[in-house]
Amino acid sequence: MQAPELSNRKMIFPIILLWIAWGTLQAWVLTWSGFLLQTAIIDSAVSNGLLMGIGLTVRNILRYYRPGRGRFFYMFVWNFCIAAIWIGVVKWALSQLITDPTYLAFLYKSLPVRFFIAFLMTGWMALINWLLFSFEENSENEKRKADADKLSKDAELYKLRQQLHPHFLFNSLNSISSLTGSRPEEARHMIQQLADFLRGTLKNDEKLLVSLEEELHYLQLYLDIEKVRFGHRLSTEIKYDELSLKLPVPQMLLQPIVENAIKFGLYDTTGTVTITINVKSENGQLAIAIQNPFDPQTSQSRQGTGFGLSSIQRRLYLLYARKDLIETKAENNLFTTTVIIPQTA
Amino acid sequence: MIKAILIDDEPLARSILAEYLQSYTDISIVQECSDGFEGVKAITQHQPDLIFLDVQMPKINGFEMLELLDTPPAVIFTTAFDEYAMKAFEAHAVDYLLKPFSKERFDKAMKKWKEHYEKPDGKEAIQSLIESASQQPDQYNRVVVKTGSKIRIIPMHEIQYLEADDDYVKIHTADGSHLKKKTMSYFEEVLDKVQFVRVHRSYIIQIQQVTRIEPYEKEGHLAILKSGARIPISKTGYPKLKSILGI
Repeated sequence: MQAPELSNRKMIFPIILLWIAWGTLQAWVLTWSGFLLQTAIIDSAVSNGLLMGIGLTVRNILRYYRPGRGRFFYMFVWNFCIAAIWIGVVKWALSQLITDPTYLAFLYKSLPVRFFIAFLMTGWMALINWLLFSFEENSENEKRKADADKLSKDAELYKLRQQLHPHFLFNSLNSISSLTGSRPEEARHMIQQLADFLRGTLKNDEKLLVSLEEELHYLQLYLDIEKVRFGHRLSTEIKYDELSLKLPVPQMLLQPIVENAIKFGLYDTTGTVTITINVKSENGQLAIAIQNPFDPQTSQSRQGTGFGLSSIQRRLYLLYARKDLIETKAENNLFTTTVIIPQTA
Repeated sequence: MIKAILIDDEPLARSILAEYLQSYTDISIVQECSDGFEGVKAITQHQPDLIFLDVQMPKINGFEMLELLDTPPAVIFTTAFDEYAMKAFEAHAVDYLLKPFSKERFDKAMKKWKEHYEKPDGKEAIQSLIESASQQPDQYNRVVVKTGSKIRIIPMHEIQYLEADDDYVKIHTADGSHLKKKTMSYFEEVLDKVQFVRVHRSYIIQIQQVTRIEPYEKEGHLAILKSGARIPISKTGYPKLKSILGI
C-alpha cells in the first residue's frame, strides 16, 4: 500500500511542538513540587522523549498496517505492554541519571500514575492516528473510484456517439463513385458535404453542448447526403422557432435519431417518404419531435429491437441522469420519436 | 442478347452499374428496379440471365426476394453489407461486389459470371445460396410468402401452426394459409424454440395458440388451438410439448 498523502513532514512539526509543551508542563509541575530544575528537566525529557518516540513509531506502523475494526482488544493488550515496557525503561534510566533519594522515593510512588498516563497517551495516539489514516485511505479510495467512474462514463459516451453506421458511409461513397462519371461537379459537392459531416463526428468532446442552430446545420449536411442517395424518395421538413435556435443541445444527438427514422421510413415503404423534424421550446425545455411513416403490418416484428434508440437513451441518461427524455409513439402510420433536452439555465 | 436486371433502391447505385455495363455490348439492361417487389415482377416477366441485387432494400431484402422466385437467375450481389456476412454466400453467388467497387473489380465479377454461365450446374448453386441466406438473423422474425402475384410478409408471431405439404410447408395464420418451399426441419431450426414446438412429424405449433390437449384414440393426443384447429401430437411430440408447458 502506498503511504497516504498527509505526509510525516507536514504533521511532525506540530507533534513535536505539542510534546515540548507537554514536557514543559510536566517539568513545571515537578519544580512546583520542590524538585531541582535540573531533576525536573531530566525526568520530563526522558519520560516524554521516550513516549514521543513510541508515539511516532506507532504512527508509522499504523500508516502501513491498521488492525481491523474488530481487533480493539488486541490493540488494548499491545497498548498495555508498550506502557509497561515504557515504565520499566523510564524507571531504570531515571534511577541511573538522578541520585537524589527524595526524588527516587517520589519516582517509585508515582510509577502507577505515570504508567496510567502513558497508557492513556499511547492509547489516544494510536486511536487518533488509526482514525486519521483510515479516513485518508477512505477518501483516497472514493476519489479513485470517482475517477474510474468518470473515465468509464466518458469512454461510454464516446462509444455511443461513435456509432455511425458504416452502411451509410459506404453507400455514400458508392453514390460519389457513381456521380464521378456522370456529374463530377455534384460528386465534388457531395465529397465536401461528407467531409464536413465526418469532421463533426470526429470531434471528441461528447459532453459539448452546441446551439440548436449548429446542430440543425449539421443535420442538414447529413440529410443532403441522404437525399443524394435516395433521390426523390426522401424529403424532409424542419420546423423551429427563432428563439429555440440559440438553445444548447448535446452535439450529434439528433443525427442518429434521424438516421433511425430514415432507415425505418425508407425500408418500410416502397413509396416516397417525408421525415419531419419539429422543434418546440416549452416549460424551460426543448422538445424535438422526429416523425417517420411506417407500415404497422410489417414493422411490428422490428419493434422488439427498440427501433435502435437504446444507445441514444443511454447517452441522454449519462448526460442528464434522467431516463424519461426520449419517448416513442406509433399512431396513424406515423412513428414519432420525441427527445426532451432540459435547459438548466 | 443477354438480359440483365438491376435491383437497388438507390438510383445512383443503379446508374454506376449501368455505366460499367456499357462496355459489355452483348448485355442489355431490360429493367431497373428499386425494390424487391418490382424485382420479383420484372424477373418473372423477363426471365433475365443475370441480375445485380442489393441486399438491404425496402420491405423485403435481396435474400427474401430470391426466395420468392421459382427459378432464380444468376446473381451478383452489390452491397455495402460487411464482408464477413457475405463470405458465407461466396460459394453460392456468382460473386458479390462491396460498394463502392471499381470497374476492374466489376469486370472480374463479370468474368466469373461468364464462366459460370457456361456451366450447367448454376441452378443448384442458386438454390443452396437461398438456403444459406435464410440463416440471416433478421429473417428469423418473419417469413415472406408469395400467393399468386401477391407478396405477403408474415411476422412470426402471427403463425398459428405449420403443416407439412409434400415439398412445401403450409403456414397457417388468422387470415388463411400460405405455401412456402421449405422443409419442416428448416422451420424447426429457425423458429423461436420457446414459442414453437414440433409436436408431430408434419406439424409445428405456436404454444400460445394451444387452448387444451385432449386424449385421442389409445395413447394418442390432440392439441386444440384457439382457431379450433385440431393438431395431432405424436408419441415423441407429447413429452416435448409437456416440458415446454411445464406440466
